[in-house]
Amino acid sequence: MATEILMPALSPTMEEGTLAKWLVKEGDEVKSGDILAEIETDKATMEFEAVDEGIVGKILIAEGTEAVKVNTPIAVLIEEGESADDIEASSGGESSGGDTSEAKSGNTPSDEPVASNPGSATMPEPETPEDPEIPEGTEMKTQTVREALRDAMAEEMRTDEMVFLMGEEVAEYQGAYKVSQGLLDEFGSKRVIDTPITEHGFAGLAAGAAMGGLRPIVEFMTFNFAMQAIDHIINTAAKTRYMSGGQMSVPIVFRGPNGAAARVAAQHSQDYAGWYAQIPGLWVAMPYSAADAKGLMKSAIKSDNPVVFLENELLYGQSFEVPVLDDYTVPFGKARVWQKGDDVTIVSFGIGMKYALEAAAKLAEDGISAEVIDLRTLRPMDTKTVIESVKKTNRCVTVEEGWPVASIGSYLSSVIMQEAFDYLDAPVITLTGKDVPMPYASNLEKLALVTTAEVVEAAKSVCYK
Amino acid sequence: MATAKSAKKSNISKDELLAYYRDMLLIRRFEEKAGQLYGMGLIGGFCHLYIGQEAVVVGLEAAADEGDKRVTSYRDHGHMLACGMDPKGVMAELTGREGGYSKGKGGSMHMFSTERHFYGGHGIVGAQVPIGAGLAFSDMYKGTDRVTFTYFGDGAANQGQVYETYNMAELWNLPVVFVIENNQYAMGTSVKRSTKSPSLWERGAAYGIEGEEVDGMSVLAVKEAGEKAIAHCRAGKGPYILEMKTYRYRGHSMSDPAKYRTREEVQKMRDEKDPIENIREMLITGKHASEEDLKAIDKEIKEIVNEAADFSRESPEPALDELWTDIYA
Ligand SMILES: Cc1ncc(C[n+]2csc(CCOP(=O)(O)OP(=O)(O)O)c2C)c(N)n1
Ligand SMILES: [Mg+2]
Repeated sequence: MATEILMPALSPTMEEGTLAKWLVKEGDEVKSGDILAEIETDKATMEFEAVDEGIVGKILIAEGTEAVKVNTPIAVLIEEGESADDIEASSGGESSGGDTSEAKSGNTPSDEPVASNPGSATMPEPETPEDPEIPEGTEMKTQTVREALRDAMAEEMRTDEMVFLMGEEVAEYQGAYKVSQGLLDEFGSKRVIDTPITEHGFAGLAAGAAMGGLRPIVEFMTFNFAMQAIDHIINTAAKTRYMSGGQMSVPIVFRGPNGAAARVAAQHSQDYAGWYAQIPGLWVAMPYSAADAKGLMKSAIKSDNPVVFLENELLYGQSFEVPVLDDYTVPFGKARVWQKGDDVTIVSFGIGMKYALEAAAKLAEDGISAEVIDLRTLRPMDTKTVIESVKKTNRCVTVEEGWPVASIGSYLSSVIMQEAFDYLDAPVITLTGKDVPMPYASNLEKLALVTTAEVVEAAKSVCYK
Repeated sequence: MATAKSAKKSNISKDELLAYYRDMLLIRRFEEKAGQLYGMGLIGGFCHLYIGQEAVVVGLEAAADEGDKRVTSYRDHGHMLACGMDPKGVMAELTGREGGYSKGKGGSMHMFSTERHFYGGHGIVGAQVPIGAGLAFSDMYKGTDRVTFTYFGDGAANQGQVYETYNMAELWNLPVVFVIENNQYAMGTSVKRSTKSPSLWERGAAYGIEGEEVDGMSVLAVKEAGEKAIAHCRAGKGPYILEMKTYRYRGHSMSDPAKYRTREEVQKMRDEKDPIENIREMLITGKHASEEDLKAIDKEIKEIVNEAADFSRESPEPALDELWTDIYA
């Protein structure tokens, strides 16, 4: 069976090359693995090996020929007793080995792949979930964010045996920030696991455990240290469902304090909201209140998606009203309107909400009515609620602690520009942390962070007051 | 070396030898075909062939039991075929088609089969190592006695996360076999140019992990070492390291001009250590099979591979709306 040898593609980008040298001549016997020729690509000179056994019947392209297109026949391989001319006779005929017909069909247009169902290349419209109703008369209790997070984990660990918590100091020390207080006592060391200081390793290990059917909660002592683990958060946890065509799930929650604490300087004070919010495949939460912290944490643990849950050290001790319900969950992708208003929309999340709400109170004294929106989750992000509000107030200020370049605010302002341009009476102001590493000195640290006064000023300026 | 001498043992059955021959040949022929399809532009991007290393996965799969797990790097075609995944689905993933294991969205380096307990196919050097320990953790947590094979290269052996994982695996007694596929090169860097450690498996000693070096060109030596490692894990003694001395015949990926080693070095390995020739010879000299018998197997394998290649070309490209699916649960 005569087989055509085709000019091979020897790199992901090669379209043509130079047939630099033949290392065999007509009549030579070759077997799989023998080098047939040297081929020059744009990057290198490569050796080209035989795949099949046979005799070199005919060399079709002389050595030294430049710009030989990939898939051009360059030689004919024949079997004992055949002649090179058999290639013509055999084309289109039955092939015992299959290689010949394959080599040939590689050149024909009919080999162009086509999708059986072309489908649509446009992004499907995301659905906005509804907040569950809290029934009239539901008892509320005052809880800190810290307690709410702990309760959320404990409740989910009680319902699902596959849920476990791992991280540095989460068990015997009761948590570096005491979020896991009491969990070791209730669930034991099998499910509340102290790890060595090995973020890259335990993040990967937990992702593997999730692939194996468990539902890990991974505590990072702070998200600053998760930079050592970010490869597993993004490349392993976020992308595996897609790369497996939907076969694999990585149900995992990466949680811990994020953003500036107090006076811990540059390496311990960074807001990663904008980083994780960029990643398709992740859910990202950054709650402000204790109720949202609890409800979102429970949704995060129940979800089959990998979740990055950004907490805040300064909020852990803040108290809020939390509904006393058996299974209180808050959906991802639904913003909360904290306060209705008519003059300006202030959008924030996480600790930024503190400044937003304080500013709104101050603005009210000056007769400016602010609508305050807490995004709560950054992925999915409920831009719909923001757009509806801006259509009403015609002005918007965004507030966050992270840096200005590629921030959540810059994304929001682009969405607002595209979807509510004609409604805007002023440019959107995006308030962020200053574009500097966090300084240690008390006065400089204050300067670096976004403040209530800045929010007030920005809101007044978009109202031209 | 584990037991090069075991290859001379006579108590290995004919069926066993024939199965090794067949399984290794399937990988080799599949990879040759993949190389050919790559040359024709039907496979794109990176494509790392396993030719030369076949004895490693075939030997270890022979030692494994149903339900044991495996995870590896981007050089993963052999692992998938050896654990029983369908050559058609693997090849169609290489060509980026709907019929591929990941519907064409993962490619050569990213494929999975929960059914066959194959957990990828990972493109980041070393990332599969903690993942493998995590899979073993899940089995320990659930109380099964399954073992996870975690394969990685000699180059990957210099990644910090490997040692973070060793530490946790021994600390928590995880049932994981770390399989270092030492094919002597990481792209163009030979082991000698990347470390002064005399051996890679011995690094486990720093964490209290036992291990050994194995002739990775001998499927029988691999299987025997694999059985020992599995028994160690199943007995609750924690992780075990197998350093497989092996060799890749082809370039690192398809676009490797291979200037870092001589043609003679490759040829010598092929001539003297080839794992398939090795078994072929045992079959013939032991009178377990005739040339005709082996030819029949060759033919059968060639058909399987050609069917896979045909399927991989006939399967349609994924529908455009597949762009947006499988991102969230
Ligand atoms: C973290 C990371 N760094 C670099 C690369 C690029 N790269 C891919 S394979 C490879 C060599 C790895 O060699 P080895 O671990 O010996 O495995 P082998 O290819 O020999 O199977 C490199 C550097 C990568 N994929 N990931
Ligand atoms: Mg290597």
